[in-house]
Amino acid sequence: MATLLQLHQATIRFGGLTAVNAVDFTIGENELCGLIGPNGAGKTTVFNLITGVYQPTDGTVSFRGRNLAGLKVHSIVELGIARTFQNIRLFGSLSVFDNVRAACNLHRGSSPFQTLVRLASYQGDEAAIARRAEELLDIFNLRRFRDAPAKSLPYGEQRRLEIVRCLATKPQLLLLDEPAAGMNPSEKIELIRLIQQIKTQFGLSILLVEHSMKVVMGACERIAVLDYGMKIAEGTPAEIQRDRKVIEAYLGEDHGTNLSHH
Amino acid sequence: MPRPHLLLLLGFAFAAGISALSDRIDPYFLDVMTGIGINVILAVSLNLVNGHTGQFSLGHAGFMAVGAYLSAAVTVFLGPRLLGDEPGLVAQNAIFLAALVAGGLSAAFAGLLVGIPSLRLKGDYLALVTLGFGEIIRVIFQNVEVLGGALGLNGIPYYTNIFWVIGFVVLTIFVIICVVNSTYGRGFIATHDDEIASEAIGLNTTRYKIVAFVIGAFFAGIAGGLYGHFKMTITPTGFDFTKSIEIVVMVILGGMGNTIGVVLAAVLLTLLPEVLRPIAEYRMILYSFMLIVLMILRPQGLFNFKFGKTRF
Ligand SMILES: Nc1ncnc2c1ncn2[C@@H]1O[C@H](COP(=O)(O)OP(=O)(O)OP(=O)(O)O)[C@@H](O)[C@H]1O
Ligand SMILES: [Mg+2]
Repeated sequence: MATLLQLHQATIRFGGLTAVNAVDFTIGENELCGLIGPNGAGKTTVFNLITGVYQPTDGTVSFRGRNLAGLKVHSIVELGIARTFQNIRLFGSLSVFDNVRAACNLHRGSSPFQTLVRLASYQGDEAAIARRAEELLDIFNLRRFRDAPAKSLPYGEQRRLEIVRCLATKPQLLLLDEPAAGMNPSEKIELIRLIQQIKTQFGLSILLVEHSMKVVMGACERIAVLDYGMKIAEGTPAEIQRDRKVIEAYLGEDHGTNLSHH
Repeated sequence: MPRPHLLLLLGFAFAAGISALSDRIDPYFLDVMTGIGINVILAVSLNLVNGHTGQFSLGHAGFMAVGAYLSAAVTVFLGPRLLGDEPGLVAQNAIFLAALVAGGLSAAFAGLLVGIPSLRLKGDYLALVTLGFGEIIRVIFQNVEVLGGALGLNGIPYYTNIFWVIGFVVLTIFVIICVVNSTYGRGFIATHDDEIASEAIGLNTTRYKIVAFVIGAFFAGIAGGLYGHFKMTITPTGFDFTKSIEIVVMVILGGMGNTIGVVLAAVLLTLLPEVLRPIAEYRMILYSFMLIVLMILRPQGLFNFKFGKTRF
């Protein structure tokens, strides 16, 4: 399997705190990986390293063999990496539809000047964008909220809208930061199904950060575990559940209960 | 034809119509309309920056000054050389249009120069830097002797007529509405709502801010040109920060990001001092008092309604 993303000894320090410490990790094409660990382990910081929000203090992050050092956040999205946020970040004064439409700008066919001239080609391009945005909303059953303000959606739908917005940028790698947070059990099952569906449909690789073991164990092919910024284990869901270090640091002795509680 | 273009043509037709009838309209009324039109251009263009894109600029009068001085320089110094001392009507209007465009472009260039370094700053800092820039511009014009220095530039030909004013009001509103109501334009509002999320969907927020700033400055420059050729004399103090604040107030009162609301606010706030003229010295006190009351009663903006699905 071709390597898509590679973290090599990736490290970031904030003052005295080493939030991510010499992490090695790769994701291949069309792979669905999990990234788990206790609160403050550095999972979100890994996302921020990959997406260019932070530059690594040491080590490298590369995507399709290209070192991402020094690239702006928006340029990294252009290369094909999209992410959601742990604390949802939708555009509050835009409608559901326009949240997705804004994310279609990367693949817009017309120049800004054409917004003034509005030739047939411009109108065709805008119509195609609208159609694509609506199709993406359909996948997550959000079309019924098309013209509602994004912030008026129920919490779980807002999380799903954030995923739709990512898909509009046509990513190859999708980073999901706790997409199941605040969802009830049946919504979680539906989410696992959707994640697997978009993975196949769009040929995506996905890195999933999640505290819900039900989601992680149910969806992921491979899992890496972080603790205090260090990768302490990596393997299949079954291997991770048996791993002594992981049980001590995160899952707990009786991780059967951990599984059902989250 | 797309709907906005139809409205644009109707607007130009309206401008031509009023202009044809202007002999029969009370000159005082035309003057008030001109003042309103200039403020509408200023407020609607600043709204792209402060409202839609959410960057708090306090330097709009500075860009207006650049446009006013540069366009006046064209008609005062270049005009007679190109057209002789008594140009015909067509020549007058042609040189005026060229002067306005030159004023707008130089203001846009100034916007680019100020925007690139300062738009990295956020909120209060950006407000301070743009405020400082406006004052610097003013001081520069105060010290350029060819442009009249502190006394100001006199003898600007009276070229501004109601056709140009209404025409440019319509054009400004058209451009801002068209740009914002598009897939591209959603990027301005996204930048306003959440810069981090905007970057995360691939929007170059710095570029959006600069574009907003440059478009805003261009129309402020046009407004400056119209103003100079209306008053026939311009002084640096006419473009100080109280003018910038006056425009910011129109944007806030109209409801940030709401073009129609901002137009209404600009009309209202230009008329108010005129209406209050009889009570002379109490005028500014009452004006300020009304502003405070309006802000308390409608902090979201006096005219912040939504019209159907589209956000103007
Ligand atoms: N910009 C920053 N400056 C200083 N410290 C930071 C910064 N960003 C993250 N940290 C610290 O890095 C550590 C890892 O944080 P991070 O948010 O990545 O944890 P996490 O694994 O996502 O936790 P959670 O499960 O609670 O979301 C924490 O101690 C956090 O306080
Ligand atoms: Mg986190």
